[in-house]
Amino acid sequence: MDEFTETTVQRHAPIEAREVKPRGPLDWMATNLGRILIALFVPIVTFLVLYWGFQFLRASQAPKGVIAIVAIVWGVGGVALLYVVANWLVEQLGDAWRSRLQPFVFVGPAIAILFWYLAFPTVRTFYLSLLDRNAQNFVGLANYQAVFTDRNMFIAFRNNVLLWIPFGALFTVVFGLLVAVLADRSRYERLAKSLIFMPMAISMVGAGVIWNMIYAVNPNIGMLNAIYTSLTGNQPVAWKAASEIAPWNNLFLIVVMIWLQTGFAMTIFSAAIKGIPTELMEAGRVDGANEVQIFFRIMLPYIRGTVITVTTTVIIFTLKIFDVVQVMTGGQFGTQVIATQFYRELFTNQNSGYGSAIAIVLLIAVLPVMVYNLKQFSEREAF
Amino acid sequence: MKRQLFVLFSLLLAAALVLTACPGAQPAAPAQPAAPQQPAQPAAPAAANPKADAAAAKGLTELANAYKGMYKGTVVTMTGPFTDEDAVRFDNSVKEFEQETGIDIQYTGSKEFEASITVRVQAGDVPDIVDFPQPGLLGTFARQGKVIPAATLVPESWLKQNYLQSWLDMATMPGADGKPAMYGVWHRFNAKSLVWYPKDNFDAAGYKIPTTWDELLALQDEIVADGDTPWCIGIESGAATGWPATDWTEDLMLRTTSVENYDKWVAGELPFSSPEVKRAIETFAKIWNDDRMVYGGRAKIVTTFFGDAPTPMFEDPPKCWLHRQGNFITAFFPQGVQYGKDYGVFYLPPVDPAYGKPFLVAGDIMAAFRDRPEIRAVMQFFSTGEGIKGWLAAGGALGMQKDVDLAWYGSDLERDIAALVNQATAVRFDASDLMPGEVGAGSFWREMTSYFSGAVDLDTALAEIDKSWPR
Amino acid sequence: MTAQAVSRKKHGVSWGQVFVNVTLILLVLIWTIPTIGLLISSFRTRFDIQTSGWWTVFPHRDWVTVEEFQPGPEVDRDGVMNLAGAQGTFEEFRAGITLPDGRRVLWIGNKRIGRVAVQERQWVMNTNFTLENYQEVLGGKTFEVKQPDGSTITVQGSDFSSAFINSLIVTLPATVIPILIAAFAAYGFAWMKFPGRRLLFTMVVALLVVPLQIALVPILKDYVRLNLNGTFLGIWLAHTGFGLPLATYLLFNYISSLPRDILESAFIDGASHFTIFTRLILPLSVPALASFAIFQFLWVWNDYLVALIFIGASPDSQVLTQRIAEMVGSRGNDWHLLTAGAFVSMLLPLIVFFSLQRFFVRGLLAGSVKG
Repeated sequence: MDEFTETTVQRHAPIEAREVKPRGPLDWMATNLGRILIALFVPIVTFLVLYWGFQFLRASQAPKGVIAIVAIVWGVGGVALLYVVANWLVEQLGDAWRSRLQPFVFVGPAIAILFWYLAFPTVRTFYLSLLDRNAQNFVGLANYQAVFTDRNMFIAFRNNVLLWIPFGALFTVVFGLLVAVLADRSRYERLAKSLIFMPMAISMVGAGVIWNMIYAVNPNIGMLNAIYTSLTGNQPVAWKAASEIAPWNNLFLIVVMIWLQTGFAMTIFSAAIKGIPTELMEAGRVDGANEVQIFFRIMLPYIRGTVITVTTTVIIFTLKIFDVVQVMTGGQFGTQVIATQFYRELFTNQNSGYGSAIAIVLLIAVLPVMVYNLKQFSEREAF
Repeated sequence: MKRQLFVLFSLLLAAALVLTACPGAQPAAPAQPAAPQQPAQPAAPAAANPKADAAAAKGLTELANAYKGMYKGTVVTMTGPFTDEDAVRFDNSVKEFEQETGIDIQYTGSKEFEASITVRVQAGDVPDIVDFPQPGLLGTFARQGKVIPAATLVPESWLKQNYLQSWLDMATMPGADGKPAMYGVWHRFNAKSLVWYPKDNFDAAGYKIPTTWDELLALQDEIVADGDTPWCIGIESGAATGWPATDWTEDLMLRTTSVENYDKWVAGELPFSSPEVKRAIETFAKIWNDDRMVYGGRAKIVTTFFGDAPTPMFEDPPKCWLHRQGNFITAFFPQGVQYGKDYGVFYLPPVDPAYGKPFLVAGDIMAAFRDRPEIRAVMQFFSTGEGIKGWLAAGGALGMQKDVDLAWYGSDLERDIAALVNQATAVRFDASDLMPGEVGAGSFWREMTSYFSGAVDLDTALAEIDKSWPR
Repeated sequence: MTAQAVSRKKHGVSWGQVFVNVTLILLVLIWTIPTIGLLISSFRTRFDIQTSGWWTVFPHRDWVTVEEFQPGPEVDRDGVMNLAGAQGTFEEFRAGITLPDGRRVLWIGNKRIGRVAVQERQWVMNTNFTLENYQEVLGGKTFEVKQPDGSTITVQGSDFSSAFINSLIVTLPATVIPILIAAFAAYGFAWMKFPGRRLLFTMVVALLVVPLQIALVPILKDYVRLNLNGTFLGIWLAHTGFGLPLATYLLFNYISSLPRDILESAFIDGASHFTIFTRLILPLSVPALASFAIFQFLWVWNDYLVALIFIGASPDSQVLTQRIAEMVGSRGNDWHLLTAGAFVSMLLPLIVFFSLQRFFVRGLLAGSVKG
């Protein structure tokens, strides 16, 4: 262990050395008389520059290419600039204030945006869920009562909780991990990963077209039925719609989701596996562990955090699953899920109260996952 | 490390630069013909303007003013569900109006219309005029008090003069105060009570067009005896799967019971489980549930995309001979097939002569969310035959305005269909579009699909629909 | 370590290699088949897609008509018929009667206008390919519009370049901005102490599940008030807001797992949080940043609803997904164009994936182990 610590210090020493110089002018300025002036001047200039850029973008008749570049530079640069300026301002303050305020320079913008874009709308949705379909009269918990007594909602809960999460999330994580681990040891890593990733890049409508063709009943078009009928000689099956295989027809939609999302799990697992120090695995091999043991005893514990993260994320994906179902069946044939019911109530049925209640129920459904994550989080120590 | 990060950012930037350098990136080709047109001539003196005079004679004050050039340079924004070819046809149909009045009509269509219009209305970001494909959705916004009553925009006397009363009834819905009023102006419609057939093969085989339900049943049996399946039926339509089955239900409702009962059914006063509705469904279910009658058998009905359904009719020789669908289905026919040669169309025969020859239709209603003189002018324009004339010529629409001339239709097919509609004894709007969304765009589709897929029996399905009706 | 152990290890590795590659190839094959089907379909006409499977473009055995004739009126269609050396009823002929030489006789059509075909099993390929789908997607459709006076004008639908640029303007900042903001926040949550830290982190996780549809109305209301509606800034911020929970959560996972002693030693050397973040954490997090960049890029690139609500669908501001969705026609009658559209729109995301893949490298943390 000593050896490792030593390397770390050595490796990062140059960074520290470089750091001393830029602090010089700042210190000098801080002691100068112009300090207050500059502290005011910098944010004002920043604001003006950004505002001017915004106005230019809105009014400009310039060619699209020019606008594109200005927009990108302005947008990305502007955000970076805001951080630099805010941090600079905070660093002008005394130590006590700096350590108090600096965390908010880091998390503040994210929190502000999250409040604006998601947290407040969620509160509003909760409020709407207590009102009637036109958001005019207070109805108490009637919408929630309706959610839990509606036969369609019952099927949606069953599909989400008993089918999508166990099958969809499990296989996505397992396949993602499998591909990431196997690819890591293969010469064809890049090719294999790219091909597994490819479905993620296909837009949902494109994926819908091909999977609808695979599941088509007509064995002349439907690949699955072409294989099935030629192997068994049976009549073709309506995979997505057949009531005789319900509720297992949901599995055919889940396959689509696994096909789409495995690339996601694989990419993150792959990045995590690359972070496992080779020394660790070499040490295991020297001790005579076989590859399976290395996977379970060394790799898996090392990337445990990532496994939790990916699993959490994929479970949330499956809870929120919408577009696969919407494109493939529109929630018919007993394949409705919470999100399609929500969308239907909100937009097709124009029932804002009921739709909002479904969204809030979705939020409650994720509580167990949240609690688990929070436990992990609480074990952390910060500086 | 820092370099890699830098590379990452510069890569993204470089991609943008490269694309900008492409010649295609120049804003040279805004291809949609939506650019505001300058009026061809300066505002002519009021006296020498026949169109303005004609409009004034009809009591359409703002339209007359528009033709006099009083609203030159104003903009009216519009949105609706139609895109692509239909948007081009719409733009084309208002082009002349734009040139003559100097009003710029900016239409932007979108898919996901329901979601986007709901969000935009609630957020207060709605365009001036919206084209609704279903009066049901419009009804929601009317109830919330967001829509300008039609009578404020277009004189009621003119509407009564230029539309059949049943159209005006279908535009009437309760407002924020609960009192019924007209909230839109009908613009175009499509006809649904139509049966398509492969004409040249049909004639070669010696089949005859049926004019009564019994003749239709006899024709079916004849086709079956000759070894084919008569009907092509498909009701798969993604999230809207099942809607063609609701169209059949409506058509048979009109043919097996009175229009009064149909209206009661639409209003929710006659339940789905009533004998009238059940009889209507059973009448066509006899065909649907018979494997000999449907191409591919009953099992394929719920899994065949409605647009693909008529395709076997155009194989040589045809695999099925009859397809009941609205006139828009021609957009799905294979490329190059011709009306009068490859296919023909006839009116779905009446079952009981006592109920006459009713016609099932659907259509688009224009509703205004703001009140300005130029918006009134445009709404008044849409209420006249002139407002649809360009679209009729281009094809893809039928006009219900009384001053529409059959000669305006650009294709024989649509002229013939319009003539069929004119012969109808009653016109009724697609019931599922008028019912509350829970039923008309929900349980009605869903339960019909469940029934025909064999998941539930008819009584259960109908009871489920009744249960979902919001009270 | 003995020689025996070394040889066993070598042996194990070579077998392992075979196992690894075979499993991998199998998985990749299964994963790629649908995409291949889509790719092949994108070169086929709508009629072909509707009537035959995409796999028929590969050589396969199928019945091919070698002889065809119209049975005369003298043939008794309701009794037993003798046709082309076969004997049977109409139903039997419709199902196909196999001759002793392996050929079959088939009645096509019904009794009235049918014909009889003699067929043979042959190796065939369905090679009727077309570029039309791509032409329409890339170059725009051509509409012929008949005028009231009987003349016809041709309207060229907009091509895809402007939508492509719009997508790019929307996507690049909407990818980079949330990553930047999320990286700062992730560092803050992972390594800084401040009041409300737990509560705020809980909120981030909870917001992961919020469907963005609920935010559309209130945000659009704010935008109308702030005059942000229809601006690029508006849609960047919207995508930032909707992508931020996941970005923060994923980056937190990575940044918090960086070895603690790296940071400790940097603090000892007197570095500030900001310096550590920009000089140490960001470079070390490149794999995580790159992988999230890919996802965010994809989601924004393939987004339809957010763009529709916040920048609208007018031809000069619409993004690629809107352009392609519009191409399927008002009633979805041209859905076959989606096959080509899917490949056109997937090109750039794939390039992004390929170019960012090189940041998934081993050894960024070489020499520093969790201690």
